[in-house]
Amino acid sequence: MRAELSGGRTAGRDTADDLARGLGVLSLALGSAELAAPSAVARLAGVRTGGPTVQAVTSLYGARELVQGAGILSGRGTARWVWSRVVGDVLDVGTLAVGAARRGAAPARLGWSLAALAGVTAADVMTARGLSRRSGAAASGVRAVAAITVNRPRAEVYRHWRDLEHLPEFMAHLRPVSTDGSGSSHREAAGPAGSTIRGDAEIVEDRENEIISWRSVKDADVQNTGSVRFLQAAGGRGTEVVVELRYRPPGGRVGAVVAKLLGEEPNQQLRDDLRHSKQVLEIGEVVRSEGSPAGQSTRRQLAQRPAQPVA
Amino acid sequence: MRATCWTGKRSVEVRDVPDPTILNRRDAIVKITSTAICGSDLHLYNGLIPTMREGDVLGHEFMGEVVEVGPGIEELSVGDRVVVPFPIACGMCGACERGMTALCENSNPNAGLAEKLLGHSPAALFGYSHMLGGYPGGQAEYARVPFADFGALKVESDLPDEKVLFLSDIFPTGYMGADMAEVGPGDVVAVWGAGPVGQFAIASCFLRGAERVIAIDRIDHRLRLAQETGAETLDYEHVSVPEALAEMTGGRGPDKCIDAVGMEAHHAAGALHAYDRTKQALGLETERPHVLREAVVSCANGGIVSVIGVYAGFTDKFPMGSFMNRYLTMRAGQCHVHRYMPQLLQHIRNGDIDPSFVITHRLPLDDAPTAYRTFLEKADDCEKVVLTP
Repeated sequence: MRAELSGGRTAGRDTADDLARGLGVLSLALGSAELAAPSAVARLAGVRTGGPTVQAVTSLYGARELVQGAGILSGRGTARWVWSRVVGDVLDVGTLAVGAARRGAAPARLGWSLAALAGVTAADVMTARGLSRRSGAAASGVRAVAAITVNRPRAEVYRHWRDLEHLPEFMAHLRPVSTDGSGSSHREAAGPAGSTIRGDAEIVEDRENEIISWRSVKDADVQNTGSVRFLQAAGGRGTEVVVELRYRPPGGRVGAVVAKLLGEEPNQQLRDDLRHSKQVLEIGEVVRSEGSPAGQSTRRQLAQRPAQPVA
Repeated sequence: MRATCWTGKRSVEVRDVPDPTILNRRDAIVKITSTAICGSDLHLYNGLIPTMREGDVLGHEFMGEVVEVGPGIEELSVGDRVVVPFPIACGMCGACERGMTALCENSNPNAGLAEKLLGHSPAALFGYSHMLGGYPGGQAEYARVPFADFGALKVESDLPDEKVLFLSDIFPTGYMGADMAEVGPGDVVAVWGAGPVGQFAIASCFLRGAERVIAIDRIDHRLRLAQETGAETLDYEHVSVPEALAEMTGGRGPDKCIDAVGMEAHHAAGALHAYDRTKQALGLETERPHVLREAVVSCANGGIVSVIGVYAGFTDKFPMGSFMNRYLTMRAGQCHVHRYMPQLLQHIRNGDIDPSFVITHRLPLDDAPTAYRTFLEKADDCEKVVLTP
């Protein structure tokens, strides 16, 4: 069961939960009916003449409803299950319209069915949005984690990271950093789709050779917190660098999904940056190939030059 | 400059492209004097390696003269004659420090792509897809060699190109096949594939003291070449390989099995070949693993299977039961060329081996398109092509 937050349950939560439960039961009931008597359900919905196709499609949709109902009532990932119902609603409306057009419809019954479907769809969307908003508020934005092993002593790696002026050498999407001596720094990060995010960060913890953590100051465009930990790698293999970032992406969850589609998966971006930092520490510069003259960048990998000398 | 460019499946062209320039501090520019087409280039030619782009310069077996060095290079100077290993390795990371230069952690700027397919990224290779770096290859007049102070092996002028060129790939690759199989005195070794890499695997087994080597292929001239090195031979189109191997080894099977074929194997049983060929064409598996399956079931109990033929993705019907229950070991990998070059150069100097024995075709660079076709079709008794820019 989901742990309740302190301060009591709000009315909104009650409504979404109750609605979800109701929709789950509705799914189970409708699904059972569709499976037990597909022709009857189709006739009731307004499709005039049955047939093997109508029976098969109705049974299939029945099975779908049963899965969704069970999913919703299981209490895990409820929002996602209710969203799947919204997709199902759209399918239902489309199938009903096509079925009626092909096989002839009882106009009154068809009208009632479509009206009922519209009502159910509205309820599904409302419930799903309510549930999504709640889980969105519970999670604190996007979390990205990446780790790399650098074949250098811990003290050297720590010093390199502590010197924030070094950051732009390898942080492909962090532009120049200037420190003003008070433990706070100014940085510009390249955000999704080429936008630039300006933010100021302050160091909240700094233990030599162990950890540096920071958080953005209040008026930063992108609220973020981050930390980098330095661990001794087993077998004298240098230093394990573990970076964790949490941030609220611009454009919220939708923005995060769009960024992902554009190849800016945060874990991958962070891994690319870490590889840059490893290269700078181990060989003194970022490695370039003719196909990727700018070095490591997952985003650019989608639009590489041919592996031919750069003119 | 002129360079051999990949222009699509079964298509290469020699084109005019810009001359290479220094991009990193430890780069050198090499004027190429000899370069070769590798069997693994045929996987690119056949379009089986993902992330190739139209215009990519091919070639990873080359040598030549240093004509320019970056500011970070001290041990190498203009005029030096060098052989270049096909994996690009920095010499500073954990993998390089342990001699595993084909796994260099810094040379592949597209490691993220390789991670998606392979889990972790190996080293970048010259002219071998964007997933493995996006570096232009050496079937050209010039090449940029990154980390040249670590990678390029200096060779004095008393040995001709043809004797040292194959230190770049196929000689060390064949040798590593024998090394991974721990081949030593008294061993009976079976080597699948009598192409250039197979020939060097056979020769390396004898260099390491193997008692008997059995070469398996279907091309007459390749089997004859293996016989000249001292191997017994099997034509898999005429015999069942596992049965023949058992018969030739008193029922034990070979102690060590080397797969020098890889993902585009053929099989005498037409139906089985069609099964894998179809799945490969449909993208349901990337390999045709006939050799791998045969090597595992043929290998003697407690033996070692060593894989130097190239595989790219996923394989079907791997005989795991045979592998597990009979205490077999498998080792596989792209060759850590840097590790083997000095000792193999010494073998060449001593006269233990003359690597030029595999060369059948010597052509100008501009004939690369014809050379690729001839090599693919194994026409004209083609074993190994050397191109001269």
